[in-house]
Amino acid sequence: MCADQIPPHDASRRRAIEIFLGGGILASLASFLYPVLRYFVPPAVIDLGGDEVVAAKAGDLKPNSGKIFRFGSHPGLLILASDGSYRALSATCTHLGCTVQYRSDLREIWCACHNGIYDLNGRNVSGPPPRPLTVFDVHERGDEIVVSRKREA
Amino acid sequence: MAILHNKYRQFTAARAAALAGLLALAACLGYGQAVNSCLDCHSAQPGRLEVTPEKFSQDIHAQKGLTCVSCHGGDDSNYDPDQAMSRKAGWKGKIDRKQIPQLCGSCHSNPAYMRTYNPSLRTDQLDQYHTSMHGKRLAAGDTKVAVCTDCHSVHDLRAPSDLRSTVNPVNVAQTCSRCHSDAAYMKQYGIPTDQFAQYSTSVHHDAMVVRGDLSAPTCTTCHGNHGAAPPGVDKVQNVCANCHAFQAQMYGKSSHFKAFQDKGLPGCVVCHSNHGIHMPSDAMLGTGPSGVCMKCHTPGDHCDRARADILSNLTQLDGAIKQADQSLRLAESSGMEVSEARLSQDQAVDSLTKARVTIHTFQPALVNEDIQAGMKIASANQKAGQDAMVERNHRRIGLGICLIAIGLMLVGLWLYIKKLES
Amino acid sequence: MIASLIRWLDERLDLEGLIAPFKHKTVPTHRFSYWYFFGGVTLFLFIIQVLTGILLLLYYRPGANEAYESVQYIMTRVQFGWLIRSIHAWAANLMIFTAFVHMFSVLFLKAYRKPRELTWVTGMLLLFLVMGFGFSGYLLPWNTLAFFATKVGTEMAGQVPFVGKAMMIFLRGGPEVTGATLTRFFGFHVAVLPGLVTVLIAMHLFFVQRQGMSVPPKIEAEWIENPSARREMKFFPNFALREMMAWYVAMGVLGALAAFFPWNLSTKADPFVSAPAGIKPEWYFLFMFQTLKLIPSKVWFVDGEVLGILGCSMAGLLWMLLPFFESDKAGRSKAWITGLSVFALVYVVGMSVYGYLAQ
Repeated sequence: MCADQIPPHDASRRRAIEIFLGGGILASLASFLYPVLRYFVPPAVIDLGGDEVVAAKAGDLKPNSGKIFRFGSHPGLLILASDGSYRALSATCTHLGCTVQYRSDLREIWCACHNGIYDLNGRNVSGPPPRPLTVFDVHERGDEIVVSRKREA
Repeated sequence: MAILHNKYRQFTAARAAALAGLLALAACLGYGQAVNSCLDCHSAQPGRLEVTPEKFSQDIHAQKGLTCVSCHGGDDSNYDPDQAMSRKAGWKGKIDRKQIPQLCGSCHSNPAYMRTYNPSLRTDQLDQYHTSMHGKRLAAGDTKVAVCTDCHSVHDLRAPSDLRSTVNPVNVAQTCSRCHSDAAYMKQYGIPTDQFAQYSTSVHHDAMVVRGDLSAPTCTTCHGNHGAAPPGVDKVQNVCANCHAFQAQMYGKSSHFKAFQDKGLPGCVVCHSNHGIHMPSDAMLGTGPSGVCMKCHTPGDHCDRARADILSNLTQLDGAIKQADQSLRLAESSGMEVSEARLSQDQAVDSLTKARVTIHTFQPALVNEDIQAGMKIASANQKAGQDAMVERNHRRIGLGICLIAIGLMLVGLWLYIKKLES
Repeated sequence: MIASLIRWLDERLDLEGLIAPFKHKTVPTHRFSYWYFFGGVTLFLFIIQVLTGILLLLYYRPGANEAYESVQYIMTRVQFGWLIRSIHAWAANLMIFTAFVHMFSVLFLKAYRKPRELTWVTGMLLLFLVMGFGFSGYLLPWNTLAFFATKVGTEMAGQVPFVGKAMMIFLRGGPEVTGATLTRFFGFHVAVLPGLVTVLIAMHLFFVQRQGMSVPPKIEAEWIENPSARREMKFFPNFALREMMAWYVAMGVLGALAAFFPWNLSTKADPFVSAPAGIKPEWYFLFMFQTLKLIPSKVWFVDGEVLGILGCSMAGLLWMLLPFFESDKAGRSKAWITGLSVFALVYVVGMSVYGYLAQ
């Protein structure tokens, strides 16, 4: 067959192939590359949320007050005691799971559900709670108050 | 065969023989140790007369340096029974039951004396005992009631903090039940004997014995230990209030408080029982076998409607929380991020717990306040779960586009191959 | 433009000379030719694993206190992280599946006969390594199932007489499964195994290229009888394009699986919690696991588990040496090997199904 005389239906066939193949390559490569390129961009939230979290900034808390912060998917309680030391504990009451709070009048941790009381070391001192609260480590990093789980082997 | 009619002589003969042997043994073994003729002899006595050194060494009095003589008198350096257990040596013999509290009190109610051993020990046990049911009946001549040694044991008396002590919190109920569950023994008193059986099914027993929470209540927590007596029908809620402060406060201000008082009903016990206290459930507000309201109220009246109101609200919130949980679980297992909502679920559960306490105000409106707060949170969380699923579905659209592109490519390749091979 | 670039390189590197032999490469076409695709698809899936694995490495953190959270991070926060991770997990399973299919197709088409014994041996080694990839990679998210599966699996390795204990400690990085095991498995998974597999793939492909595609004895016999029936297809571009189609189909299947059945993360491993009931290994180990479960705890005087493990190892070794038992006369094959192949297929499939359904 003469190269300079391609029958019309063959030419349209070649166009079709070109469209499908060319378009297919472009489309498929684009649909593969798009997610990969987006993947390379680091997300806004860097924190893994597992082991360590920035609970507050220095100056957020007044002495003898506390605040609830998020530690993974559980609440934590950060307390700035009147002696200036930071304490961080799990805020889930060991009795029936209510969220505890810091009582500045009692200077102790209190659970509003059944009047359970814990001291600043998390020990259950009064009321129904059967076990102490889990205590976390607190470090000050610059102006950030960082709470982390106690290191285990 | 010479038969000894005089049993005493037989006894003396046996005693002398035993003593001779023991003396030799004691001389070998006990050389250098403090002589305790009482134990040396009584460790070989049968039945209730037997007290071995092993047993007595467990006794806290022995550990503090007291001996048999401290309570029983006599002379423990003498192996001759006639001399060791003589009036001249101050021998008191077996202490009569009626005398036991006085004897124990002779030291334990003496603050100056107790201070020399353990200054933080209380010294009012005897006074308390006199106010108790046991003490009063003993004074009236009933020797079947408990005296010090019945609960604390004797000769192997351990400190209450010792887990093996009969009066350690985990063992108290068992100790009380020795008499109080014995139907034959308690027959003449006309009080129930099912307390221990009931208590064993209770949530307090579960907390103490199964979960090891020593602060859980046992018999003495509500009844007192030395001054043991029921608190009184109209004072029950005061006792419960020591731990269950909020419920008691709310109950005290509620309509039921005065109503029960006027009728002489024992407060908290009416709905929650006294010994067989089980974990409360929403079913207690229902009309089934565990329902407590309908024991007094008439179906269809204002109170019944209030009850139904509260129950339906609680059930609604419980259901909403479970639904939201399910929605979130579905989203999570599909790989969606819902930890914020999970955290918020805790708050919804908080509200439900609070609402269950607020029941004791017996005002549906107040309970509803807590419920509504929880409902808002639970619905928001459910929505978060659903939103996450919508986001997941968007991914399928992306997949669809990708599959179209792949399809295009496959068609193109196929056509190309066909062309090449034509 | 691409043509001029190729010309530029060819001037300097003699690319023409390099690809010349490939231009002549042909692939026999017969009714069993479709099985030829499976080796290539396995290779494709391996490449996917390497690419997605490298992407995951950008965000994954090995270490007992961060691994789970980092995978969760990838799944929920990283853009398309869920896609990359699910593709990696699905491609792993698909790759092991196609590797087995490839092995069985080579077995039944008798492609392992002389002169292709070494291809079979390298292929079997690759199969073992690929299963090692599966075992080591499975632990990396540090979730409960993986933790206990690893515990049970390494425990079994410890049952081998004499060297078992040492092997177990080597695998675990200590007497128990801990964070040290995780770090070690990570090292195996991203460095040791890829290195070994790359070398073996290179050898395997070199052998295939050098020796060309094998023709099954039945077809060979037919073609000897009727030479005009012999059909061949050029590798470039005909077979290659078809292979590309197969690869695209595999890509589509992967994407669909990742989007419709995203890989689960489950809960974080806690060494102090007791093992969940009915713990089972991943499907590709089920046939061995089920076999071990069926062996009585004491056979004669030998411990059942030890017997099972030694038996499995022996079976694996003999399977790898299968070509050396085969007749080396052209066109001939031993009937008992065919019988054994059928038995092996039925056994693996049957035991896997049994293991899946069993409690």
